[in-house]
Amino acid sequence: MARLELKGITKSFKNGAVLDDVSLAADAGEIVVIFGPSGTGKTVLLRLIAGVHDPDRGAIFVDGEDMTDVAPDHRGIGMAFQNFALFPHMSAFDNIASPLAARHMAATQIREGVERVAKLLKIDQVLAHAPRELSNGQKQRTALARALAGSPKLLLLDDPLRNVDAKLRFEMRLELPPLLRQSGSTVLYVTQDYKEAMALADRIAVLIGGHFVQVAPPDEIYRLPETIQVARLFGDPTINLIDVTPQASERGVSATIGNTAILIGEQYRAAVGRASLLGVRPEAIRIGTAAASAIAADVVAVTPLNERLVTLLKTGDGREILASQPSSERAAEADSQVGLQFARDDILLFDKASGQRLKAVNGAGPS
Amino acid sequence: MEHVSTSERIVRGVLIALVLVFFLFPIFWILLMSFQTNETILRIPPSLFFEPTIANYKALLTGRLETTAGNLDITFMRNLGNSVLLSTCAVLLSLLLGVPAAYAFARFRFRLGENIAFTLLSFRFAPPLLVLLPLSLYFKQLGLTDSYFGLVWVYQLICLPLILWIVRGYFEDISPDIEHAYRISGHSWLQTFTRIAIPLARPGIAAAGLLAFIFAWNNFVFALILASADKQPVTVGALAFVTASGIQYGQIAAAIVLSVTPTLLLALYAQRYLVEGLSLGAVKG
Repeated sequence: MARLELKGITKSFKNGAVLDDVSLAADAGEIVVIFGPSGTGKTVLLRLIAGVHDPDRGAIFVDGEDMTDVAPDHRGIGMAFQNFALFPHMSAFDNIASPLAARHMAATQIREGVERVAKLLKIDQVLAHAPRELSNGQKQRTALARALAGSPKLLLLDDPLRNVDAKLRFEMRLELPPLLRQSGSTVLYVTQDYKEAMALADRIAVLIGGHFVQVAPPDEIYRLPETIQVARLFGDPTINLIDVTPQASERGVSATIGNTAILIGEQYRAAVGRASLLGVRPEAIRIGTAAASAIAADVVAVTPLNERLVTLLKTGDGREILASQPSSERAAEADSQVGLQFARDDILLFDKASGQRLKAVNGAGPS
Repeated sequence: MEHVSTSERIVRGVLIALVLVFFLFPIFWILLMSFQTNETILRIPPSLFFEPTIANYKALLTGRLETTAGNLDITFMRNLGNSVLLSTCAVLLSLLLGVPAAYAFARFRFRLGENIAFTLLSFRFAPPLLVLLPLSLYFKQLGLTDSYFGLVWVYQLICLPLILWIVRGYFEDISPDIEHAYRISGHSWLQTFTRIAIPLARPGIAAAGLLAFIFAWNNFVFALILASADKQPVTVGALAFVTASGIQYGQIAAAIVLSVTPTLLLALYAQRYLVEGLSLGAVKG
């Protein structure tokens, strides 16, 4: 267990800066998920921490000790690669044993250590096989086992579930959190699957364009995304973003959608007259009967997605809105006229120009 | 599975047989010649039927050739020994120097790296005759003329570029992540090189080594100019069969059979390395 600190890490390759002054701290034993679309430098960041690449500027501290110039074999790190990177000429056993063998442990100790993690990851029956004889899922588990075997202070997992099928990914998403906690390591986990990030993380660090845009616990990222981009990346179906210009009236601050002005809360008074995007999650929309206070909309299509019903709606002024409801509820009929209610507490407002979320003033409402 | 009809199979068999006859007949003919005397070889028309003799091999092995024109000493066995010694040492030295260099060129970007690699390759562009005259002068000054060491050194011109460029390609094909993973698990740079890079590039190293061996074995001019009779390999030694009293075809054929055998055996042995799958299944493609 170790505390990891990244201070002002900058790294650029021939085609430009990948990471620009990135800082992050992970507490001992914490699971931090680094999340972001592909090509934002998540993998590069892990490699810098592992010591495979060197940062142009900045420093890496583990437990307060400067690790920036320490060779990768002396950093006490375990790492699982996205492409598994198993040693093709060694058996699964020798693959997993390699961090233990590097420490010149006795053969019996090595055997014990390997069997312990192998059992944990349910690959104890294939230890004698060469990597090419393993299924994708087994390869991935072998790679994980190898990373875990040395009980590293710091565990770096580079999108380990990327190359396994959906079913296995789902299983592993449930299996991994207790496993990682049990390992006692501080974990940095890279993924571009927001569900994976939400399932595993103590905190999620959203990396976009070489910067951390937001570092926060999963529910906060989901509820209060810092920017439009973050809001879009988390959630499926994605958040509804509606062009509005908030207005002040005697009833309070409101936004007009279709022909209906809905109250968005006094805390957004500062946004009055500013071109904004109103964000509302599909599950925060209630579909009811047409009424004066509700936004009039036509039902375009209803799509059942397992436990949820996703409804595509169109307002009078031609905006498309997605609503999501539990499938136990009655579905709206296609082509019918309905009225929409937004849960006021779940309404977010973003500045259209900068993409930043407009913070509520006076701490009222969601902040 | 592919389905092949009987007629297709027959046609294919005939075609393969034709190709094999085309390529193997000269070798077969030489094998036959090696068991004949000069008289039966040179009769017209040639015939497949003759009374076999092992006189040619006997002459080569004992080192004495008795002809009607008199006796001739042959140093063929010594030449063969020289060939084995020179080629083996040259390839070993090349591997020792070339494999780490190939790894450096494959993994690291350094100043003038590409230029150095290309310069080494360019040794293969120039005809050897071009460098022989200056080389022989230098060798005289350095006292390297007619020494095994000097020849092995010159053979690096043949072997080193070959090994460097072939093995480099194999190193480049290994995913760097495999090496990174090994280092991160706590192994030093050198351990990673010897336990990951080299084993994974082994098919390439075997192929390059074999090829370099054959090239070194077949070399003629370097040894002809830079060495005297007792250091010369079979390629030069075979000249001895062109005698004043005529060309000894039978001995030449026997000498060819004997000198081809080592490389042939080596190729057969190394074959399994050549076809051995590289890092199959280790990295998700």
